[in-house]
Amino acid sequence: MISENSPIILSVNDLTANVDGTQILKGMNLEIKAGEIHAIMGPNGSGKSTFSKILAGHPAYEVTGGEVSFLGQNLLELEPEDRARSGVFLAFQYPLEIPGVSNLDFLRVAYNSRQKHQGLEELDAFDFDELVQQKLDVVKMDAAFLHRSVNEGFSGGEKKRNEILQMALLEPKLGILDETDSGLDIDALKIVADGVNQLSNPDNATLMITHYQRLLNYVVPDYVHVMANGRIIRSGTKDLALELEERGYDWVLDEAAAGVA
Amino acid sequence: MSIQVSPTLPDVESEIRSELGLSGSAQKRQACLSRLLELAIASPSPASWLQSLRDRATAQVQSQSFPSNRNEGWRFTDLSDLLGIEFAAAANSSVQLADLAAYVLPEAEHSRLVFVDGVYAPHLSALSHLPATLQVGNLAALAEPDELLSYLAQQSGADELFTALNTAGLSDAAVIVLPKQLVVDPPIHLLFVATGGDPRSAQADQRPTLTQPRCLVVAGVNSALTLIEDYVTLGSGVCLTNAVTEIWLAENVQVNHTRVQRDSLAAFHIGKTAVSQARSSRYIGNALSFGAALSRHHLEIYQTGEQTETTLNGLTMIAGTQVGDLHSAIALTQPYGTTRQLQKCIVGDRAHAIFNGKVLVPRAAQLTDAGQLNRTLLLSPKARVDTKPQLEIVADNVKCTHGATVGQLEADEVFYLQSRGIDAASARRLLVYAFAYEIIDQIAIASLKQTLCQFITSHTD
Ligand SMILES: Nc1ncnc2c1ncn2[C@@H]1O[C@H](COP(=O)(O)OP(=O)(O)O)[C@@H](O)[C@H]1O
Ligand SMILES: [Mg+2]
Repeated sequence: MISENSPIILSVNDLTANVDGTQILKGMNLEIKAGEIHAIMGPNGSGKSTFSKILAGHPAYEVTGGEVSFLGQNLLELEPEDRARSGVFLAFQYPLEIPGVSNLDFLRVAYNSRQKHQGLEELDAFDFDELVQQKLDVVKMDAAFLHRSVNEGFSGGEKKRNEILQMALLEPKLGILDETDSGLDIDALKIVADGVNQLSNPDNATLMITHYQRLLNYVVPDYVHVMANGRIIRSGTKDLALELEERGYDWVLDEAAAGVA
Repeated sequence: MSIQVSPTLPDVESEIRSELGLSGSAQKRQACLSRLLELAIASPSPASWLQSLRDRATAQVQSQSFPSNRNEGWRFTDLSDLLGIEFAAAANSSVQLADLAAYVLPEAEHSRLVFVDGVYAPHLSALSHLPATLQVGNLAALAEPDELLSYLAQQSGADELFTALNTAGLSDAAVIVLPKQLVVDPPIHLLFVATGGDPRSAQADQRPTLTQPRCLVVAGVNSALTLIEDYVTLGSGVCLTNAVTEIWLAENVQVNHTRVQRDSLAAFHIGKTAVSQARSSRYIGNALSFGAALSRHHLEIYQTGEQTETTLNGLTMIAGTQVGDLHSAIALTQPYGTTRQLQKCIVGDRAHAIFNGKVLVPRAAQLTDAGQLNRTLLLSPKARVDTKPQLEIVADNVKCTHGATVGQLEADEVFYLQSRGIDAASARRLLVYAFAYEIIDQIAIASLKQTLCQFITSHTD
């Protein structure tokens, strides 16, 4: 939902970054306002996951230039955990398994660390249980998953649902979904998309990263950006996604190359 | 970080050096062994029938020398810190049940045997919930010990130096004899307490002590038992624990055995677990090693009948300058045997873990299936592990696998947790816990599981 006067949540200016000495991001620019849903699409290897991990603060990536401001704050100087507590959430392409740590305990530790950071009340096991039960509905998840180890033995779809459950609990200002649709069958995709829609509101923003247009049928973006070779080469509305679906990426790449040349 | 996944050639220089200093250090080692043997022999001999066993073991010790790094089996585990220590026998101590509160397991509240410095402590033990047909108690008090003579100190490997040293001083022992068909419900908790340097000890000068706990389990056909063998120290003085446990499984027996070594950091711990498995028996052994400046555990399995199953889970978690050594040997001697071994090590600071896992599959052991995996987590750049699988396979129709992995905490894993608002230190603690949990989860006793989980969390930073 676009509204001109909404506050800016994320502003990325000319961001460049390396991994292991190789430049991956070559000048990213992006502005996201409250209430908006953005999608970044692009061929494999274009730097989409790199961009999302840099926003979340992954230590393997070295920012070499540019700025990222999140709610007016310099995001790049925050530790990953402080970014999370301030309202950045990254739903992982490949969520990790943590044997021996119950999903419920994990969710509560994560929830309370955010509460504490924001000066809000931490919940004991009893109250938290009540809260989490409500949130399970968002992704139609069975309560049995709470008592299993985090992601251990979960199917691909269950892992992705668990990511959205975490997002539902942490109520981020910016939810970044990296390939949340990959590996999901159509039923799971609908559940996940439905969850994302429920969580979207005028005060927060969502950035979806995807290779396919499919997800965008269910979570309709306000803006679609095409990323290639470390930068955004074209931006448009949801129609751009449909056009990409029909014609592939080559024409955008060609046009961008022609424009540069 | 130093990782040693295969044997290397002995260090020639150090060999020459030790050649030159041979007489001096060899003398020291001999003196140390003589002193330990002297202490062993001086322990009271409760019955004449034990004396010949003790005498034979004494001769076995006398025919051997104290190990140095030049012995292949002791290459990484240096006992020279023991050499200068003037060990003494432990004096009587006045340990009360309240002193052991942290170690009492509710599940075994009425099935617990406590030994203090190797001596049976009836006032700390509680046996009321055990079936009458089960013989349990200490060796010295047994009425008819004759039938035990075919089991006590009769496992292969009984002549190994430290095992023989224990036998040479054999006085008290925890003895559990299960008649055939008996299934014992409550877990039996054997708590071996060393009081080295403990203020409650009557010993005024608090000299370093030698204690030699001993345990014998003889399980008759079709019987079943859950056993916890628990080594703890009160106080923080120097002590050497040299423990031996022998377990005999008759046909179709099931034993679930958890061994916990949580001695103080001033302690030295040498331990032997020897298990003999008859046909169709099942042994599950969980060995957890956390304590001691230096620990060495010999874990020996002898499958003596067909279709035996052995599951070994191990966790060594050490830090500081600790050395933790597991030498396991599994002998599959009959067809259709299976073994599963998972040994995990968590090594922090400058600590050094050693795993040597021998698996013997002679020609007779056809159609056997042996799997071994050692996984190590190094938590600091100076932490070290030496791991060596040693498969000796002669039979041709068998399935044997082994593997060793050595890693650090993955940055991606820590990052995943951080991205959920968990700080880096807590994230690491959680991941170490998760690594250990796979082993802890195998323990059948809920309260012990919980205690060890807390221990692990509080020992990670
Ligand atoms: N750790 C790394 N070391 C070297 N190259 C990397 C690393 N991570 C990613 N890359 C490279 O960065 C580029 C972008 O990768 P990525 O961000 O995963 O792309 P996308 O998510 O768009 O498929 C790829 O060429 C990839 O090979
Ligand atoms: Mg990607």
